[in-house]
Amino acid sequence: MTDAAAQSTNVGSATPDTMAWDSRARRVMMIYLPLSCFVLILLFPFYWMAITSFKPNAELLNYREHNPFWISSPTLAHIKHLLFNTAYPTWLKTTMFVAIGSTFLSLFASTLAAYAIERLRFRGSPYVGLGIYLAYLVPPSILFIPLATVIVQFGLFDSPMALILVYPTFLVPFCTWLLIGYFKSIPYELEECALVDGATRLQILRRITLPLAVPGLISAGIFSFTLSWNEFIYALAFIQSGANKTVPVAILTELVTGDVYQWGALMAGSLLGSLPVALFYSLFVDYYVSSLTGAVKE
Amino acid sequence: MSVTTLPSRGVALRQPGWVARLFDYKPFLIVMCLTPAIGLLTVFLTYPLGLGVWLAFTDTTIGQRGIYIGLENFQYLWTDPLWWGAVFYSVFYTGIATIGKFALGFWLALLLNNHFPLKSLLRAIVLLPWIVPTVLSALAFWWIYDPQFSIISYLLVDVLHIRTTNIDFLGNPWSARFSLIAANIWRGIPFVAISLLAGLQTISPSLYEAAMLDGASAWQRFRYITFPMMMPILAIVMTFSIIFTFTDFQLVYAITRGGPVNSTHLLATLAFQRGIAGGELGEGAAIAVSMVPFLVFATLFSYFGLARRKWQQGEAND
Repeated sequence: MTDAAAQSTNVGSATPDTMAWDSRARRVMMIYLPLSCFVLILLFPFYWMAITSFKPNAELLNYREHNPFWISSPTLAHIKHLLFNTAYPTWLKTTMFVAIGSTFLSLFASTLAAYAIERLRFRGSPYVGLGIYLAYLVPPSILFIPLATVIVQFGLFDSPMALILVYPTFLVPFCTWLLIGYFKSIPYELEECALVDGATRLQILRRITLPLAVPGLISAGIFSFTLSWNEFIYALAFIQSGANKTVPVAILTELVTGDVYQWGALMAGSLLGSLPVALFYSLFVDYYVSSLTGAVKE
Repeated sequence: MSVTTLPSRGVALRQPGWVARLFDYKPFLIVMCLTPAIGLLTVFLTYPLGLGVWLAFTDTTIGQRGIYIGLENFQYLWTDPLWWGAVFYSVFYTGIATIGKFALGFWLALLLNNHFPLKSLLRAIVLLPWIVPTVLSALAFWWIYDPQFSIISYLLVDVLHIRTTNIDFLGNPWSARFSLIAANIWRGIPFVAISLLAGLQTISPSLYEAAMLDGASAWQRFRYITFPMMMPILAIVMTFSIIFTFTDFQLVYAITRGGPVNSTHLLATLAFQRGIAGGELGEGAAIAVSMVPFLVFATLFSYFGLARRKWQQGEAND
């Protein structure tokens, strides 16, 4: 397999047409065939999710008379059930509120921190940066039990506010490192000019650095939004009442009931819950890719 | 610097308020800027981390303050076959899933590094499993693994006629373990592939041209150029991947909740079951703390084992 991989590198990295062995058939075998297998497997669960949510129950559980890969009579019954018979709209609202709140909180905190570390440059600023980076390596699975007791102490148990305050623990390290990278790319001379002209530090941050770092802010923002939308373990541990649950938790704990699973409704819920991030994603693909790779490279 | 410019600006021009002057005082400004981030991280990360270690040495339950009981929790775990099972499966899950993710992810990255039409669209599609909430795609996998209506069983039994009976994916321990690993690999491939693709794109094509002029074979070019050049980024991505696979929670909790007969418990799901669902906070914290040595070891291993050539890339980062 690695051999095949090695072969295909060369096809890409050198000019393909000049090589004798690079026939069309070989290219199809080495690149297009494995690539289409990858895409097929990576996308199949979503296709299955989508097709299940529009299938009537009769088709859903009868593979002998209906082709399972297609719908003969699509229905909106599952989505209707979800929107009108369950608290799904409330869950969506809560999730949106939590995601937006924690995104803004972490953007605010990490912009200031990144500016202080990268531009105000004090003794020990690299260590503060490293400390914040190390915080990113602490997985939530280790923290959720003691955090639950902290949340109870603060009287925030079962409140979406708890999630807004806790999510920055994994968002701030990420955003700070992303923004340090962006601030680094802005020429320091611009700030010096402003200082000479008598601008205060905060004016410089607001008028010069931030407008130039907008792509970085967008990257950090959409990334934070996605991560907080997808977060599960804290939301599961800190929220008890049905109305305050976020979509991923609510689908798993409120919709999975009894022995007979309502696959249609479950899949419709998953589809609707994935849609906001997928939509967001399709609008900002390049920012996602750049922030993902930027954070890894830093 | 700002301090020196302040007097020269001329008080007569514009009298800055004392607030403005305070914010131009660098030490004050640094403290102000760092307070929100450091404050949040201290209260909700550092403090709980210490508290977690403390809880592991107490018999705290929900609604009752515990007292210090020394190593009792850990001694109990040492004799607990469920904990050993979770340790085994966590290591197994991490090992197999990491190998799978990196082999397939690296392959996908190499494929995506070629020139073909609709490349950016394809790159966008590939990242989709990573963007969508894990629990929701896990639900889709749960449905795909359904004992009666699994689409995979349907393909194997009714279409391809390879098997005569449905596969019971989640019904017995080993198939459940591998089903979960497959789902984890599926979810992890995009992250690995896209990160490694970024690394591949930084390798200068002139290196390959030079090697080709010297008559290097395709395998040699991969082994002596691509692979060493990718080492630094591979080390970082692998460190992240190992940490977050070992502490994985969502996938297992959503699909099997540790079953059948507790065979698929990871340390994180066991900690949740004992600590939050069972109310034994002290014991749950002890299980969570028992993950730390594994994580430190895995991090040191993957980072220092692979990152020896970190500076070879010549990029002045961090």
